Amino acid sequence: MDEQRTDMNNNSNPIIIRTDHVRKTFPMGPTTLVALDDISLDFKRGGFAGLVGPSGSGKTTLLNIIGSLDVPTSGNAMVLGRRVESLSHKQSAALRNRHIGFIFQTFNLLPVYTVFENVEFPLLLQNLAGSRRRKLVMDALEWVGLADRADSRPGQLSGGQSQRVAIARAVVKKPELVLADEPTANLDAKNSHHIMRTMVHLNENLGITFIFATHDEKVMGYLKREITLNDGRVAQDRAIAGRTT
Amino acid sequence: MIIPRLAFRNVWGAGLRTWLNVISLSFAFVAIIFLQGLYNGMSRQVEKATMDAQYAGGHYWQEDYDPYDPLTLDDAHAVVPPALADQVAAGDAVPILVRPATIYPNGRFQNALLKGIPPDQSVLTIPTHVLSGDETGIPALIGHRMARTTGLVKGDYVTVRWRDAGGTFDADEIRIAEVMQTDVSGIDFGQLWIPLEKLRAMTTMPGQATFMVLRRGSPFKESVPGWKHRDLDFLLKDLRALFMSKSLGGSVFYIVLLLLAMLAIFNTQVLSVFRRRKEMGTLMALGMTRQKVIALFTLEGAMYAVLAGLAAAVYGLPLLLYMATHGFGLPEATDNFGFAMGNRIFPTYTAGLILGTTLLVLVVTTVVSYLPTRKIAKLNPTDALKGKRP
Repeated sequence: MDEQRTDMNNNSNPIIIRTDHVRKTFPMGPTTLVALDDISLDFKRGGFAGLVGPSGSGKTTLLNIIGSLDVPTSGNAMVLGRRVESLSHKQSAALRNRHIGFIFQTFNLLPVYTVFENVEFPLLLQNLAGSRRRKLVMDALEWVGLADRADSRPGQLSGGQSQRVAIARAVVKKPELVLADEPTANLDAKNSHHIMRTMVHLNENLGITFIFATHDEKVMGYLKREITLNDGRVAQDRAIAGRTT
Repeated sequence: MIIPRLAFRNVWGAGLRTWLNVISLSFAFVAIIFLQGLYNGMSRQVEKATMDAQYAGGHYWQEDYDPYDPLTLDDAHAVVPPALADQVAAGDAVPILVRPATIYPNGRFQNALLKGIPPDQSVLTIPTHVLSGDETGIPALIGHRMARTTGLVKGDYVTVRWRDAGGTFDADEIRIAEVMQTDVSGIDFGQLWIPLEKLRAMTTMPGQATFMVLRRGSPFKESVPGWKHRDLDFLLKDLRALFMSKSLGGSVFYIVLLLLAMLAIFNTQVLSVFRRRKEMGTLMALGMTRQKVIALFTLEGAMYAVLAGLAAAVYGLPLLLYMATHGFGLPEATDNFGFAMGNRIFPTYTAGLILGTTLLVLVVTTVVSYLPTRKIAKLNPTDALKGKRP
């Protein structure tokens, strides 16, 4: 096996993500930018891992490939039993809709929807019955402590509240995996800690796997596994003592 | 059902931008229905008035008669054929004799047509009863346009000169018995209606007619020797063609309105595709396929047509209903428009017109909405999330 690959499969949690010699390049005029180079990593169910590193190190690109929003130029990525590079648009959309939640740096809430409707959105795509949707949405809002703001519009929320709505939207369908791209970048320290504690809580109570892309020290303080990327390569992959699940 | 629901939420949530589009489109909606209804109403009124006063159930023309060629009038007369005599006797056919003449109103001469018609006829709505009861003089009925151009009023006498069957000139004075208000210029301009028997006597053409008018519903005879059968389709052909050309000219107005509304929607859609890329990326990240995103944005555009239809119903229905019942007043100048128009036009709206307009607006709006959204098909979710252009 590859030297980069960490032996994290030492307990009962199965591996749900495996990248194998993943390389991703982008054309940049006459040259080619190598965003990821020979990335081979495994992620186990229930993990709370972070891709850390400076801007341009390939964190978001790897997160996008894991989230089936993008495909590797070479190598392969297996996510929840599906080979990302061979999925059709429809299949990757279904994978995202049913099994993967996304949290973005800029929250990406739909501005004309209420908090309730934003959180409800992934469930609408799953054609769940109205009563079931309502219960799941209110549960998710309870988890993030925003049940009383269900009728508010995103424009009426603070940054921290908006991100908590985004978390509720990501976890409302009880996905196996949540991918969070710089979730605290637009938040102050207090809100950042609040957000991270919420996600730790969801990780521990719902068993959802979280993978972060971050260079925020506050986020790193909560990670159970830290993968450092540098120039598109894995520079370090370490489990944080005392935080492993 | 998710797409329509989301589209409605987005459109509803877009606020002022939505309402500006909806209002401008609803104007086009109402204008199209109103203008088409106006032309429909006008068309019906024109045909009805023309049939009532001029064509009734159709004509028989003496074989030499051509109303568009005045030179045929000298020879266009013949004895009422026996085949039509029973209909004439029953009052279901009206013989009309047409003779060219010259009148001298206020010292000027003017060409005119003397039209002889039985005063007691009831096939045409011309008030010929006013021609009854004057056994010695020559009473004449003229239309208000003729009265205006000649300066004649009721009770005036005017000199008229004509030629009899042998070609001999004769002249006399006729009395204007009545000036009729009529919407049908075809029985008005340059015409003097006088009792048929008087005209027959004046022109020494006993028992003769130039054309026969049949009562509506009265059957046509298969073949009448020396006479040509002219049904309503033939008689109304020119009028309908004229009307069609006017209608097409009028449609330019609503096409411009519709184009302006479409431009607004197209612009909104282009802006949406440009400004809402991040939202598209989010929708894709949340599990929406590109096709569904395209459908969503297209439907949002098409929904403007639906909302415009509803808005048009709110203020347009009462307005259109009011116009249909109270009519649309026309200026005096429209007397010379080329066909029979009353002082008021009453628009008529058919289910076909409303459904057709709705369908037209919906289809055009959907196409216009779809065009800019095709770019979404090329959109990469990761680029969209960064706000990059498709």
